[in-house]
Amino acid sequence: MATSNGRAMIEVKNVTKSYHRDSIEIPVLRDLSIQVPEGEFLALMGPSGSGKTTLLNLIAGIDRPDRGEVLVGGTDIGTMGESDLAKWRSSHVGFIFQFYNLLPVLTAFENVELPLLLTRLSKGERKARVDLALKLVGLAERMSHYPKQLSGGQEQRVAIARAIVTDPTVLVADEPTGDLDKVSAGEIMELLERLNKEFGKTIVMVTHDPRAASKAHKVMNLDKGELV
Amino acid sequence: MKIPLSYSWRSLWTRRLTTTLTLFGIALVVFVFATVLMLAHGIEVALIETGSDDNAIVLRRAANSEIVSQIDRDAANIMKTLPEVALRPDGKPIASAESFVIINLSKKESNDMGNISVRGISPQALEMRPQVKITEGRMFTFGTREIILGDNLPKRFQGCEIGQQIQFGEASWTIVGHFIAQGSAFESEIWGDVEQFMPAFGRPVFSSMTVRLTSPAAFDAFKARVEQDPRTQMAEAKRERQYYREQSELMAAFIRILGLLVTFIFSIGAVIGAVITMFAAVANRTVEIGTLRALGFRRRAVLGAFLIESILLSLIGGVLGVGLAALMSFVQISTVNFGTFSELAFGFALSPSIIVSSLVFAVAMGILGGFSPAVRAARLNILAALREA
Amino acid sequence: MFVVKLVLKNALRHKLRTILTILGIAIAVAAFGFIRTIVTAWSAGVEASAENRMITRHAVSFIFTLPYSYRDQIAGIQGVEEVSYANWFGGNYKDASDWKNFFPRVAVDPDTYFSLYPEYIVPADQLEAFKRERNSCIVGAKLAREQGFKLGDVIPIEGDIFPGKWEFTVRGIYEGKDKTADETQMFFHWNYLNERIKELQPGREGQIGWYVLKVSNATDMTRVARAVDGLYENSRARTKTETEKEFQQSFVSMSSSIITSLKAASYLIIGIILLVLANTIVMAARERMREYAVLKTIGFKKSHIIGLIGGESMMIAIIGGAIGLALTFPAAGALAAAFPTFFPIVNVEPMTIVFASAIALLAGIVAALFPASRAVRMKIADGLRSLG
Repeated sequence: MATSNGRAMIEVKNVTKSYHRDSIEIPVLRDLSIQVPEGEFLALMGPSGSGKTTLLNLIAGIDRPDRGEVLVGGTDIGTMGESDLAKWRSSHVGFIFQFYNLLPVLTAFENVELPLLLTRLSKGERKARVDLALKLVGLAERMSHYPKQLSGGQEQRVAIARAIVTDPTVLVADEPTGDLDKVSAGEIMELLERLNKEFGKTIVMVTHDPRAASKAHKVMNLDKGELV
Repeated sequence: MKIPLSYSWRSLWTRRLTTTLTLFGIALVVFVFATVLMLAHGIEVALIETGSDDNAIVLRRAANSEIVSQIDRDAANIMKTLPEVALRPDGKPIASAESFVIINLSKKESNDMGNISVRGISPQALEMRPQVKITEGRMFTFGTREIILGDNLPKRFQGCEIGQQIQFGEASWTIVGHFIAQGSAFESEIWGDVEQFMPAFGRPVFSSMTVRLTSPAAFDAFKARVEQDPRTQMAEAKRERQYYREQSELMAAFIRILGLLVTFIFSIGAVIGAVITMFAAVANRTVEIGTLRALGFRRRAVLGAFLIESILLSLIGGVLGVGLAALMSFVQISTVNFGTFSELAFGFALSPSIIVSSLVFAVAMGILGGFSPAVRAARLNILAALREA
Repeated sequence: MFVVKLVLKNALRHKLRTILTILGIAIAVAAFGFIRTIVTAWSAGVEASAENRMITRHAVSFIFTLPYSYRDQIAGIQGVEEVSYANWFGGNYKDASDWKNFFPRVAVDPDTYFSLYPEYIVPADQLEAFKRERNSCIVGAKLAREQGFKLGDVIPIEGDIFPGKWEFTVRGIYEGKDKTADETQMFFHWNYLNERIKELQPGREGQIGWYVLKVSNATDMTRVARAVDGLYENSRARTKTETEKEFQQSFVSMSSSIITSLKAASYLIIGIILLVLANTIVMAARERMREYAVLKTIGFKKSHIIGLIGGESMMIAIIGGAIGLALTFPAAGALAAAFPTFFPIVNVEPMTIVFASAIALLAGIVAALFPASRAVRMKIADGLRSLG
């Protein structure tokens, strides 16, 4: 277990979230509260429909709760406006998707550069950071390749590079190894572990994969929107 | 194994938005195509209805229409007595020497003027033209300054009601009736007594003469006699039907050329829309296609299914387009006929051959638009397709 | 800047689709421009009318003639600076069923006509030769090119309104002052027509088709019109005097139904442009929903997404529109070549270019509206789940 600092990086307080399909209301999270200390590596597990991805989306600022508060790094992101939320996301969160979600028309370099385009950095400064991020994930020599020229594992590593290039405090990962073979999955998890141990990133990860979960410090189980 | 029709049908339904857009595009093109053909046909119908195979019309040689033609009284009298001209029971020849001028009347919807044909007729004219029927009022009395108006005139022009008067030739002419004539060109004319009109216009000569032949076969003999007799050889005889067809040629050709040009352009737009839609459909369904092939359906079946989808789309669009075009039958257009320089009313006439051509055109667009995408779908490699999931 | 780069790359993703869409728009814009050019060519005569010219014709319709005696009386009216006259001759040249052989044939007063129509420029020596020779004619330069008429050629015409065989020797070729002047007409001596008609059909001589009046002040025109028509109100041949513009316009309005239909067709074409473009953009946006969601996740704003979708739409619309406009010119040229005498003046008007450009731009905006709003309103979570 790595040392956690004790201060809560992420605080979810009495959060309720429902989805509306036609006129039916489907409750997903009921009055949920969790705390994630700084530097923690948390795995969220549970069956389909348990609400773990929804919780992840709330933490990442991609969605807003119907009731309750979501505080990340002390900021109440649950009530922020769209535009402010976007800005907040760009510098505070790195998101890693199950299906990598790289833009097919951009090279690995350009994909990693994407989040930096929202900052005021100069071209040279951006290049420096992208180089660094790609080196960190071990793909420096593939920077001018397009996603279709990369393997699944390599694509995910580029996606991780994209997620860390702005040096966010929180990394959010939704089934990062869900689409990978055993070997690539192992590589990705090692990378995440390194980011957490060496660089102190707070990581919240949703996963089905017990092997992936074993790399985390803590595992929380959700079922029908509640902690179990 | 053939892929069921419902596959093609439901695939279209799933992508409702783009299907609808493409459908509208095709319907629009077919609508324009059918409408143009209906318009050209409408002109022909209007003008051919004006003629009868039993009648021959005589104009001055080299005159292309009655407005520029002159036949003098002597020549007219000689032609009336030719043996090929039918006689009434009382022995009088069924022939009408007529004079033809153009006057201006103000349109109803704007204050623009239109050119209206005024035809002076002889008493036998009505006998030769049984399609003419008085709908309101009565026939004018020969020897007076009474006139009757074709149905198109009170609809479109000012001052054409029964009882009103029209001024021309330094006289006032009283409207006593309206008539219809099976949608022919006569419906845009004013008729009166030729012996009244001629002095009023200051024209001592007739414009034309129409005669009823003893039989349609008698035409050739009649024509030969007219052209060989030195007293009448400045004139030329034509079958009435043929004369009126010629009057419509310029106009019909103009509309057909212009219209088909427009249609061609529209159809390119529609085909492009269809191609793009179908390509996207193929691209989005590579997994489906791979699955179908893996299940055992052959390339041909896949090609067929996609082609059918494209044809279904264009057929439905075509039916929609023809349906809309059929509604145009209720619309009448009134404009100047380039051939005669006078006003002519005509409508959009639908015919079975137009319906068939339009649907064939629609299906052709569908095949053209769907072909390349269907070929691409058929050529997909099973494994590659399945892996795209 | 990045948005521009991404827009370009996205457009190149499906080269075939992008090219087809551009092609579709180009053809539709060209068609729109072409149809509008036909419409403006139809009214070209109206636009070319001179400010201070008036036409006096028979009140009942122009197929009736006016007496020659009116000439001096009209010339005497205050405000009328100069009077000329003309008759429509008609007739057939060669095979009349080939419409390429149609051109206006007009008998005029050789002494005054060309000074009333200064836009028809005749070299002085040719004008003199024309005036001297009774059965000579002056033809327009465009007509001469089309039919291969040269100075000294004899043009045979078979008369219809004025029956008989007529021959005219070409003694002059006139050029239009600018591209709005009609260079397809043939003018010959009214006296020649009059004398021959006196022989062939005595009683028909001394008749004028219409008088052309030059008025000193444009402001006098209404008064002059009333004065002339007032003179003959109770005569056998009543007159109608109007400005040349009104006179030309009356011809155009006869075909108003056709012109209206053409305009309607051009508006429908706008619909086609929109449909083709919208189809493509809707499809492209739908395919990339997930990518837009990812961009939003990273922190890109609504305005960026709108820029991407709108940018692609605008780019295709502008390129297609530009190509279409370029195609309009040769299309107009083909029209002018096919019907040289029906449409003597064919120009692609600046207004047409402006309209066509505006339509392309608007189409670019409108086609992107629905997909852009859909992309903007989409919840990120839903977008990430979309399969495109």
